[in-house]
Amino acid sequence: MSATKTLFDKVWDSHVVHKIQDGPDVLFIDRHMVHEVTSPVAFLGLKNRNIPVIHPEKTFATADHNTPTINQHLPVADPLSANQLRMLEENVNKHGISYWGLGHEKNGIVHVVGPEYGITQPGATIVCGDSHTSTHGAFGAIAFGIGTSEVEMVLATQCIMQPKPKRMRININGKMSRGVTPKDVALFIISQLTTSGATGYFVEYAGEIFTDMSMEGRMTVCNLSIEMGARGGMIAPDEKTFEYVKGREFTPKGAGWDKAMAYWETLYTDEDAIFDKEMTFDGSLIEPMITYGTNPGMGMGISNDIPMASAVQGGATTYQKSLKYMAFNEGDSMMGKPIDFVFLGSCTNGRIEDFRAFASIVKGRKKATNVTAWLVPGSHKVEAAIKEEGILDILIEAGFELREPGCSACLAMNDDKVPSGKLAVSTSNRNFEGRQGPGSRTLLASPLVAAAAAVTGKVTDPRELMEEMVAG
Amino acid sequence: MAYDKFNILTSTAVPLPLENVDTDQIIPARFLKATERVGFGDSLFRDWRYNQDNTPKEDFVLNQDRFSGKILLGGKNFGSGSSREHAAWAVYDYGFRCVVSSFFADIFRGNCLNVGVLPVQVSAEFLQKIFDATAADETTELEINLPEQKITLLTTGESESFDINGYKKNNMLNGFDDIDYLLNIKKDIETFAENTPL
Repeated sequence: MSATKTLFDKVWDSHVVHKIQDGPDVLFIDRHMVHEVTSPVAFLGLKNRNIPVIHPEKTFATADHNTPTINQHLPVADPLSANQLRMLEENVNKHGISYWGLGHEKNGIVHVVGPEYGITQPGATIVCGDSHTSTHGAFGAIAFGIGTSEVEMVLATQCIMQPKPKRMRININGKMSRGVTPKDVALFIISQLTTSGATGYFVEYAGEIFTDMSMEGRMTVCNLSIEMGARGGMIAPDEKTFEYVKGREFTPKGAGWDKAMAYWETLYTDEDAIFDKEMTFDGSLIEPMITYGTNPGMGMGISNDIPMASAVQGGATTYQKSLKYMAFNEGDSMMGKPIDFVFLGSCTNGRIEDFRAFASIVKGRKKATNVTAWLVPGSHKVEAAIKEEGILDILIEAGFELREPGCSACLAMNDDKVPSGKLAVSTSNRNFEGRQGPGSRTLLASPLVAAAAAVTGKVTDPRELMEEMVAG
Repeated sequence: MAYDKFNILTSTAVPLPLENVDTDQIIPARFLKATERVGFGDSLFRDWRYNQDNTPKEDFVLNQDRFSGKILLGGKNFGSGSSREHAAWAVYDYGFRCVVSSFFADIFRGNCLNVGVLPVQVSAEFLQKIFDATAADETTELEINLPEQKITLLTTGESESFDINGYKKNNMLNGFDDIDYLLNIKKDIETFAENTPL
């Protein structure tokens, strides 16, 4: 038997408690993140069975999906949201789970705060009742979203039952071109694979383009793994990863650190390891991307035209329904289309690097008068950095306001809803029909593309607004 | 949570011949604010089913009297997007016990199996046959035979087998859930927990 293993195999296999014949693996979970929307029925299940949370110390709760992004110091106005938040607070108190609720200095989007405080670690198994849990794969963790029944399983037993996914590696070498960000790399991959191209697989991202990326960039890429159907995506940890996690609140210290490092240093794909599928792309060919349809796979280089129905995979009926919803036509150019809203934020692009990128474009310019802009940091920590780095001053000078942290308009569970028919350029992760509010129309893009749209009031290639790079 | 046992289901089907039906369409996020698992069927396909003034959209299949049944037919990549189990709850609560498609998104498939909805994956060709037969005659019945892992178009007798692992099949046949299994091996899990590096 060959001893060579992929990174994914190493982490998965070391967490299997039991293998069931003709059934799933019983997988041990190191870290469980909990939020207000997908947990109440799970806690109710524990209550009905009269059983406790088995490892409250491995469980971390935050409020993010439902929370307002202005006036967080006031009582939550929506009674249903307020009830869900109250329910989470009751449940975490009852079970002794650490909780960073609304108003807490560490509050933020679950996938932003996990890494910020060192809850996210290489080689860990991490789950949360949210499909973008794949974000944490940036650290070489196996991280994926689960349903509420599974939330209950993890609360009750610290395990879930999952068939082991197949392995896919996506190799991209080359450098990111000017104006291209990790978001564009991810949207490019999804446009090539479609939203179901990686279903049944767990993806490892490999190659120069990913090793060159910051941890924030890697998080953006891994975050979007679910949008091509993959359960999750991961990147082998390296010096950049270890440097990032070192010294954070929940990161092991002293002898614990040495023990962890001994494990973490084994986390790479062996040279001869076999993947069930491998894809390779040339990173230097990736352009700033934008979506034009109602799933994240319907994306293209910003200067391209919307493909003809005859040129796309899949059913023409579905494709045409999608374009009809967007009020676009086959062959349209996206450039110059007037937009109404800009959303900067979410677990995909709500980190400090994303605000730096946005600010680099709007600096010295003014927000277009036809645009409503929602700038929502992923956490209070991001918010603090925005202020400390002087980014807030740039944003205010350009006519923008900063809101308080939360998931916000990404899924529009709170009041941050794009009105029916309005067109939004959004740095979030899904452009599904009505995702940002009933009838809303979403163009997914990078923080640079969002910024260019915010100051011009229309879809604009950010490269036109970027300062020429000084050769060096 | 308990659900009805699944053995052999004979029913007409409700056709939704679209691809990439995501869980935001199955149940939009603004209907995820409940703290108990009740009433989600009312919000199934909410924005395709109702206008913003809550009047029904006549052309949507759930509002057409001619189609009914316990089987939902969906196009390729059914259930993509969010992990919200509420989508599977809505499908179940509305009265569906089975979803037939040529391809399912991963998390949705798992959620269905955990709440008592059987996901049946068939070939694209067979799915098209079922769509065509149902469109031509809405009284067309399908038989979903879980013990034999077989789906049959009863009008023509054409059938296909479908996959489900033995463990999940046994759960569905008996109405068991995974937590019962896990609680039963709790000792092993705790021994394992003591030796994890993180």
